[in-house]
Amino acid sequence: MAVKALYDYEYTPADTQDKFHGNQLLYVGWDDHFMFAAPLALVLPPSATFSEFVDKYCTHSYGRHPDWAKIDFSKVVWLKSGQPFQPDMNKTLAELGLKHKDVLRLQTPGLNGSGTCF
Amino acid sequence: MDMKANKTKLGLKEKYAHMTRGLDWETTYQPKEKVFPQATFEGIKVHDWDKWEDPFRLTMDAYWKYQAEKERKLYAVLDAFAQNNGHLGITDARYLSAVKLFLTGISPLEYMAHRGFAAAGRNFPGVGPRVACLMQSIDEVRHAQTQIHAMSNYNKFYEGFHAGATNQIERVWYLSVPKSFFDDAFSAGPFEWMIAIGFSFEYVLTNLLFVPFMSGAAYNGDMATVTFGFSAQSDEARHMTLGLECIKFMLEQDPDNLPIVQKWIDKWAWRGIRVLSLVATMMDYMLPKRVMSWKEAWEIYFEQNGGALFNDLAKYGIKVPDCITQCTVDKEHLSHQLWLTLCTHGHAMGLHTWLPNAEEMGWLSAKYPNTFDKYYRPRFDKLREMADKGERFYTNTLPMLCQVCQIPMLFTEPDDPTKICYRESDYKGEKYHTCSDGCKHIFDDEPEKYIQSWLPVHQIYQGNCWPEGTDPTVEGFDPLAKYLEWCRIENGKDNGDYEGSGDQANFAAWRGVAIQNT
Repeated sequence: MAVKALYDYEYTPADTQDKFHGNQLLYVGWDDHFMFAAPLALVLPPSATFSEFVDKYCTHSYGRHPDWAKIDFSKVVWLKSGQPFQPDMNKTLAELGLKHKDVLRLQTPGLNGSGTCF
Repeated sequence: MDMKANKTKLGLKEKYAHMTRGLDWETTYQPKEKVFPQATFEGIKVHDWDKWEDPFRLTMDAYWKYQAEKERKLYAVLDAFAQNNGHLGITDARYLSAVKLFLTGISPLEYMAHRGFAAAGRNFPGVGPRVACLMQSIDEVRHAQTQIHAMSNYNKFYEGFHAGATNQIERVWYLSVPKSFFDDAFSAGPFEWMIAIGFSFEYVLTNLLFVPFMSGAAYNGDMATVTFGFSAQSDEARHMTLGLECIKFMLEQDPDNLPIVQKWIDKWAWRGIRVLSLVATMMDYMLPKRVMSWKEAWEIYFEQNGGALFNDLAKYGIKVPDCITQCTVDKEHLSHQLWLTLCTHGHAMGLHTWLPNAEEMGWLSAKYPNTFDKYYRPRFDKLREMADKGERFYTNTLPMLCQVCQIPMLFTEPDDPTKICYRESDYKGEKYHTCSDGCKHIFDDEPEKYIQSWLPVHQIYQGNCWPEGTDPTVEGFDPLAKYLEWCRIENGKDNGDYEGSGDQANFAAWRGVAIQNT
């Protein structure tokens, strides 16, 4: 619904991709791991490959969790906007259709902070 | 020739009539709708402004007298507090994190409320609400000033009190939560403002905001803040009555107003409750001596008292907001989820955080028998294990924020407290994420408004949050350090764990001098 206002109420969004200096936002959450209390906001180039996203960016953020090193990435489940998503590790974000402000969830069955979801 | 003298004094009723209703006038050289351009665009229909019942028959001359008397008493106590080293009488310097949260997060809102009520007073064509809004506007600026004065004494001794109202409210990531709440209300029309702040915030939720901070102060020996609370109490009673009168007036004026008012109540109840999660956390975690749990406060002040209010409003057709079902679930989880978030982001906060000790966790499990031991104690235990090994955990990556409430996306699904709640909307080719059905609903209703949100995380990534002249391309650039500098948070002093902080060491040393001989 339109905002009720005294004039034509139209504004440009505050966070369009052109404002991120050639990068894009990508959000990622790791299910069952509340050591990280909320999903993360990452900023990275659309030309980054999915394996760079995992090995460089996610490892930087999640690497201190003891479960991280135990993940077998051939068995994980990725969700994009809540729907199953099967990434090719060697393709770039752009090639995989991962757009600015898309959200990914990583599910690692069997790994859940030893049952505590920590 | 002698003038024939009239009665020297007006009766109360006459005085009231002259000094409120008698101040109105009819416009002559401009049409009324041009003088009051904001009166109709929101769709609220008012047929007779004279039907407005002034909830407080207070005139301006009496108002000044009452307020001046309260000021005199307040400042006498504040002086005594300062002269007698009142700061050493608090339970523990940890308590000051609650005061810092109040000073940085709430006092600037008082100032915004002052501006908002001034604008509402200017924009209402009826003289009754205009005078009432004027008084509330002056109250609010008085609250902002007296809060800053009451708490400024702590600034002489403790970290983190120096820049709340001047720099931090517009910059610090968790303060964007209360700030955006008020900006949202202030940028609406005068009627929505009255429902948002006058009714939802000042009436429905005030007991969950004001009372916990003031009782918290009383329980923890903070005489300065308690005295401010007393000084504001009679104002707050007036504000509550104004909010209630305003909603009743709108509903009685025209049946078409009902759906508009209901929509605003639904929106602002949820917006307000999201802001209150900071208060929930304060009550359950930040007070060394606790008053009651958030869950208990919610049950007394919202479920019981609020229930009675909504029963009363049912005769107008007003329904309890839908979001309350969600709140009944959330009351068991909210404070724990948010404190875990603040503790793991404590390096980027303008106040100290800490992991609850064994006694405190015992209290939490007694107060939250359904959830604390099952979900949250294990997480605090793990964080404690890491801290004991010298690896106190702070996350190194910025969190994803909700587009509406601006809180990190830390809240969980209504039916599963182990799964983060993700909601998203597409608007004109761009994605927007929200933390809950409540926030998504608000976004979808007015996307044009929320696409402009100043989300701190995105602003940091855009490079807008460094001190002037910063070059983020130099080698070894430390974005967090520069962000804190821009926020006027002194890295290593104001932030981090209370254990090992300057506040802890100084309080122990000064109190030691006060109670021991060596």
